[in-house]
Amino acid sequence: MSGDKVAVHISKELYEKAKKYIEEQGGFESVEELVEFVLGEVLSEEGGEQVFSEEEEEKVKERLRSLGYI
Amino acid sequence: MVSKPHGGRLVDRVARGRRRELLLDEAKELPRLEVGFDRAVDLEDIAHGVYSPLEGFMVQEDYLHVLYDMRLSTDHPWTIPIVLDADPEELGDVREGDDLALTHRGRVLAVMRVEEIYGWDKREYARMVYKTTDPKHPGVAKIYGMKELLVGGPIDLVDELPNPLERYTLWPAETRVLFRERGWRRIVGFQTRNVPHLGHEYVQKAALTFVDGLFINPLVGWKKPGDYRDEVILAAYEALVKHYYPRNVVVLAALRMNMRYAGPREAIHHAIVRKNFGCTHFIVGRDHAGVGDYYGPYEAWEIFQEFPDLGITPLFIREAFYCRKCGGMVNEKVCPHGDEHRVRISGTKLREMLRRGEKPPKTMMRPEVAEAVMSFDNPFVEA
Repeated sequence: MSGDKVAVHISKELYEKAKKYIEEQGGFESVEELVEFVLGEVLSEEGGEQVFSEEEEEKVKERLRSLGYI
Repeated sequence: MVSKPHGGRLVDRVARGRRRELLLDEAKELPRLEVGFDRAVDLEDIAHGVYSPLEGFMVQEDYLHVLYDMRLSTDHPWTIPIVLDADPEELGDVREGDDLALTHRGRVLAVMRVEEIYGWDKREYARMVYKTTDPKHPGVAKIYGMKELLVGGPIDLVDELPNPLERYTLWPAETRVLFRERGWRRIVGFQTRNVPHLGHEYVQKAALTFVDGLFINPLVGWKKPGDYRDEVILAAYEALVKHYYPRNVVVLAALRMNMRYAGPREAIHHAIVRKNFGCTHFIVGRDHAGVGDYYGPYEAWEIFQEFPDLGITPLFIREAFYCRKCGGMVNEKVCPHGDEHRVRISGTKLREMLRRGEKPPKTMMRPEVAEAVMSFDNPFVEA
């Protein structure tokens, strides 16, 4: 482990698949880079929702209620 | 989990409260640029995040990237340039770095920070975006009618256009809350400019089978003579949803957005827009956003292969027809019978029947939908 990095274990089969993917598709220098990218995408999706303040969200809900949507 | 906004963050350029007051005050001293209805609609769509990640009208770098690579300079897929045009004499002394008040019919709608003023080649735009330079193409004709310069930069919306369909209007920030409230994780978007016939219903229900909710999102605003009026389309859909869909699986909301008739490129654009509303899937029609015979019937499907990173899944569902032998709505892929058994639904034919006050057969349109359309004195836009 160096710097801010930690080790993660993945199956050999998945590793080989990832390696083959990089050889065929390009775009990544290493399996590590691919794994970082995929994880980053997945995790940013989880946090990708717009965060309203409670007051703003209540305003939106009020309008949705008044229009009969909820 | 609804779809992440395009570019990762839902844009909000609507000025509110004190900030809005300050901008309105500032606008009194600013040079003004009067914009037409189409650009005013673009302003609203940018400000409300419909065009996320765009924060304003495109600067040249983005414009050229979109024109030639179908991507923004950030590498996010984007296929239609969103640009503001102006004549040199209208801009007067306005320079890059200045603020500009954008007005429509004399009313200030937005304040823009001018980042760049640049020239453009309309013919090249037409060639790249529309794949034709033919002035008979309605999108090309509009481009040729635009002014000589483009002005790029972020905008802040300070006022909205009058909206006769306000009660049907939802913006992306609202649909995202709504989808979450309904517990929907997978949502399919459906774009339309027509009243629904059985073919539309078939396609929507086929898609709905695999997801949690259907977002029917008719485009409203600018229409050409002979088109269904906006309120007719909404009434027709309300009738369909009320009588033929289970409760709480459909959200019907109108979107005022410019129609460009750019075929395949516009199909991508429509998908990105629905991604911003929170859709995870998008139904792409045969000859989606096409006009005349400028595009092949399935070009709008093929272009999606070029965008594996779009972030919304396109659904390609074949056109449906009624088969007398099958006894229901089917498509080429599932019906083995010949043309003699098939009743194809023609939008033009339906329009003619409704215009004559004739109720279309049940094999084409639900009676409740036909009644809703026929309840209007004139369901069509007049010349």
